[in-house]
Amino acid sequence: MTDKQLQLKSLELRKKTLQYIKQAGAGHTGGSLSCLDILHVLYRDVLRVGPENFHDPDRDRYIQSKGHSVEALYVVLADNGFFPFSELDTLCRYQSHFIGHPTRKVPGIEQNTGALGHGLPLSVGTALAGKMDQKPYRVFTLLGDGELLEGSNWEAAMAAAHYQLDNLTAILDYNKLQITGPVEEVLHSGPLPEKWKAFGWEVREVDGHDIGALRKALHSVPFVKGKPSFLIAHTLKGKGVSFMENTLKWHHGVPSDEEYLLAIKELEDQQKALLV
Amino acid sequence: MKTTERLHIRPGAANLEKFSATLQELASHDRQVVVVCSDSRGSGKLVPFGKQFPEQLVEVGIAEQNLVGIAAGLASCGKNVFAVSPACFLTARSFEQIKNDVAYSDNPVNLIGISAGVSYGALGSTHHSLHDFAALRAVNNLTIVAPADNYETEMAIRQAADLASPVYLRFGKKAMPFLSDTPDFRLGKGRTIRAGTDAVILATGETVYPSLLAAIRLEQQYQWQVGVISMHTIKPLDEDLLEEVGKKYPAVLTVEEHSIYGGLGEACAAFFMQRGHTPRFKIMGIPDEYTVTGSQKEIFEHYGISESGIAGALVHLLH
Repeated sequence: MTDKQLQLKSLELRKKTLQYIKQAGAGHTGGSLSCLDILHVLYRDVLRVGPENFHDPDRDRYIQSKGHSVEALYVVLADNGFFPFSELDTLCRYQSHFIGHPTRKVPGIEQNTGALGHGLPLSVGTALAGKMDQKPYRVFTLLGDGELLEGSNWEAAMAAAHYQLDNLTAILDYNKLQITGPVEEVLHSGPLPEKWKAFGWEVREVDGHDIGALRKALHSVPFVKGKPSFLIAHTLKGKGVSFMENTLKWHHGVPSDEEYLLAIKELEDQQKALLV
Repeated sequence: MKTTERLHIRPGAANLEKFSATLQELASHDRQVVVVCSDSRGSGKLVPFGKQFPEQLVEVGIAEQNLVGIAAGLASCGKNVFAVSPACFLTARSFEQIKNDVAYSDNPVNLIGISAGVSYGALGSTHHSLHDFAALRAVNNLTIVAPADNYETEMAIRQAADLASPVYLRFGKKAMPFLSDTPDFRLGKGRTIRAGTDAVILATGETVYPSLLAAIRLEQQYQWQVGVISMHTIKPLDEDLLEEVGKKYPAVLTVEEHSIYGGLGEACAAFFMQRGHTPRFKIMGIPDEYTVTGSQKEIFEHYGISESGIAGALVHLLH
């Protein structure tokens, strides 16, 4: 697919994300919209995994550490054929597998996540098993910026560098907002590039909504042989809908009927503009 | 003559030693067996393992949360993982990783809690695990095991290695004699060490031995026939056996190296109550207080987890 085709599809998937959150009456809207381009590029262009080889021991693994942004993941998995979109009609309904955080009962999900600070240690173990068995697979995980305040990430960061896990890439959805407010106001966590470098990772930064730049960055892992890769993706919480962007209330806000129609119109306008 | 001499009980090594020897044997014919340590290979008697199988030992340093997360990741890729750390840290600091990454995600890790209970004695409560049964019993998808002697330890490790679901296994570091020569260990099934009629002691881990000595003493003093059962598997409880116990015995004493809250005793009490069995009943363990300081032996004796203390508790229960 071309960058433009992916951009158009990203807008379509944003609409789907809002549709299912609206239907369910619940969801992490802002974070789903901030990480959607990353997930879309990963599954369409980078990961060597699909419904046909999901049980292959040599498949690439994606573990979503910031599990709350699961609506974007569900939509991307459906778009990649792991299950029909119609299953998302059950999102957050009684006895549905499609709950507010990833579980392995949903086709395509590798690990049950949701509590923050768990995805990176799990990814380190998965990458380590690959190294031990000389497997070709790669491991990708998505972290939130607020999540980096969990100490377990830094335990795992040290282990990944110690074991030279260059088959591991952690992507930071750096939207700079967490539930209480700006990450830097809640607790100063920077300077992130310097910290991850000091922990032995090779660090790159990218615009997390620039499809071409994301493709390029994710195709160039490992950034350095013998080191784990850390990709800081600068993103916007609520990306794509003007009144949701960088606005705290949309952390887990659900749009009203009026807001929903407005949001869909904005996304459709962007699709039209791209097609001109 | 001492009770032990009359018993002809064969001496054994520490369950910890048996664990490491068993693991080494398992690893020798299965490259998928992997040990993960948190600076705990010395305490886990795993230095020889690390020397013989350096490619099958992962050191994560003093980072127990990471220990369990990494172990879960390894297990998800087909490794037969033994995550080894002192029980106190493994089940408290890494509780959320056990709950989510191992149990909820169904990654079949073998969680090995070494120097469990009050094995660390005078090192104090930071190093005691008197909460682990209670905390972990409330976590779905976890088998919880505390073997009594070397035989049970070896069998528990072998059967845990073959189990496709997560296991928590804890033991101490004190030398334990072989308590029975009957090869009848199955995870999930209590092991009758001694038959009885007047009362029964349901014990687990290192408390089975003093329970057995107490039962023998009571026979000598009062001609009572006191049964002793090693309830090595705390979860799932052997309900068939407990049903028999509830029907057969007028008095039941439970003994464990754990808080009196939430462990074997309360699990059995709940079972009997819900099945309508009403034996005279007492739970022995560590009471809900700041644990007395001292060695494991001294702490046991202080709280009556000894031949005389357990015998005394049964006398009280039966009178």
